[in-house]
Amino acid sequence: MGGTPSADQRSAVKFEPAANKIVLEDVRKRFALKRREVVALAGIDLKIRAGEFFCIVGPSGCGKTTLLRILAGLETKSSGKIEVHRDPRVRSDTRVRPLNSMVFQEQSIFPWKNVRDNVAFGLKARGFSRQERADIAEAYILKVGLGGFENALPHQLSGGMKQRVSIARAFANDPEIMLMDEPFAALDEQTKLILQAELLRIWEETRKTVVYVTHSIDEAIVLADRILVMSARPGRIKSIVDIGRIFPRPRHVDTVKSSARYGEVFGEIWSLLRDEVVASARDPSA
Amino acid sequence: MSTATSAIAELDSAKEEPAPRLWTKRNVERFLSVISPIILLLFWQLGAALGWIDTRFFPSPAAIFEEAYAMILSGELWMHFSISLQRIVIGYVLGAVPGVLIGLAMGLFGPIRAIIQPLIDATFPIPKIAVLPLFIMVFGLGEQSKYAIIATAVIYLVLINTVAGVRNIDKIYLDVGKNFGASNWMMFTDVALPGALPLVVAGLKIGMGIALLVIVSAEFVGARSGIGYLIWTSWQVFQVEKMYVGLLVSAVLGFGSAILLNYLERVVIPWKSR
Repeated sequence: MGGTPSADQRSAVKFEPAANKIVLEDVRKRFALKRREVVALAGIDLKIRAGEFFCIVGPSGCGKTTLLRILAGLETKSSGKIEVHRDPRVRSDTRVRPLNSMVFQEQSIFPWKNVRDNVAFGLKARGFSRQERADIAEAYILKVGLGGFENALPHQLSGGMKQRVSIARAFANDPEIMLMDEPFAALDEQTKLILQAELLRIWEETRKTVVYVTHSIDEAIVLADRILVMSARPGRIKSIVDIGRIFPRPRHVDTVKSSARYGEVFGEIWSLLRDEVVASARDPSA
Repeated sequence: MSTATSAIAELDSAKEEPAPRLWTKRNVERFLSVISPIILLLFWQLGAALGWIDTRFFPSPAAIFEEAYAMILSGELWMHFSISLQRIVIGYVLGAVPGVLIGLAMGLFGPIRAIIQPLIDATFPIPKIAVLPLFIMVFGLGEQSKYAIIATAVIYLVLINTVAGVRNIDKIYLDVGKNFGASNWMMFTDVALPGALPLVVAGLKIGMGIALLVIVSAEFVGARSGIGYLIWTSWQVFQVEKMYVGLLVSAVLGFGSAILLNYLERVVIPWKSR
């Protein structure tokens, strides 16, 4: 009679193809900037599906990072409703699986912790023993190609390696939702290409729900199932482009980029975005 | 043809790293740093021997070292040195430990900061040596008043730097801690404390400099032993060589503590080392 769902109930949930993971209803965010009210988000209605790689693109200052930070619990929304459908397989008697883990844009790994302890940070917060932490962290360190660097301190690593640590830290925490805020924005073009391919590979192994913010159309096309194009401030949904229909999975960065339809899709998204970028450049508060 | 080959030869030579030389820029600078005080001492010695300078005020280096040697043999130097060292170490620990702890508490908790900050702001500008008479009145002429004056001088600098260290932690690290569900305790041990360490150590270094300054001046007036006492009484009885030995020892003390704290810095904040 307890709350544990029976086996078939569980699998029914598990295999439902397009179950919604995150549902946003009229989410708004206002804040005061120099005594003037700024509307960052002006009513976002959105359904993100379970296991979906969802990209958000928009001009700078459009509120895409704010939206992500609200989902991460780092900022509060002013109004609206956010529903997150938790995985029913999560058992509350174990060290609860976290709802989300974020990969940040800037350098966010702790300079005073070595690679292993950085990757294991979320596990430590959840009370895993030292040995368990080391074992789980090691698996993800290898997954992101940092084997042999377990004891290195961040100042000994390149920018690309630091972002690998950041990605491993989020995946090792095994969250239901991955939140990524332009994780590759600060990297050079070549490193970016390699890390995008590796992110795709790791994601295809885990199939987590990902919400990925970027200003790069190119990156969004390569990674996303669907792309949300946001308007200039105040942030609204301008359009949602279904990329998964055009470029099916499993997907390779090179095949997508060399595909004949790539330029067409890029042009479509850019034409949606262009007016917004121009508008945002005219906005003095942006 | 010949021009082409010579051009290639030139390129080849350009590619090669220069052979290691003894007189690199770095080595020259090192050599200059070592040689300059030696030359100064030589001139001083020479000047004293030839009567260019007044040896009543500037006794020759040889005379000073001779005096130091005699004082080492008699145990007098060790007596003054060890008592000053003991005062510094005890006073420093008494100031630094609560300085770090209170500073962390102030950095982390707004109400604690609100209570203590005005007291700090109001009393910090008082020159620390100015409260020595008060401490002698309260603690007597014994060792306690020396510990108290050093602790007082040290605690401010350590505390102020520690508060700044905690308050200036990059916000991103706090975001990471929050997003990954770190408890308050883990926020402290894994984020706030290591994040504040570079400035804490900076405070400890400045505090040590101040401790040396304060102990010597405190011993001038309120002590019967120690390096400051040695310098002051030697001057009063015009044993100028002894006074210079005192100056030399205080320099050694400052130099030694700086080396020690630099070592500590490399050990506790290895991520800051170049």
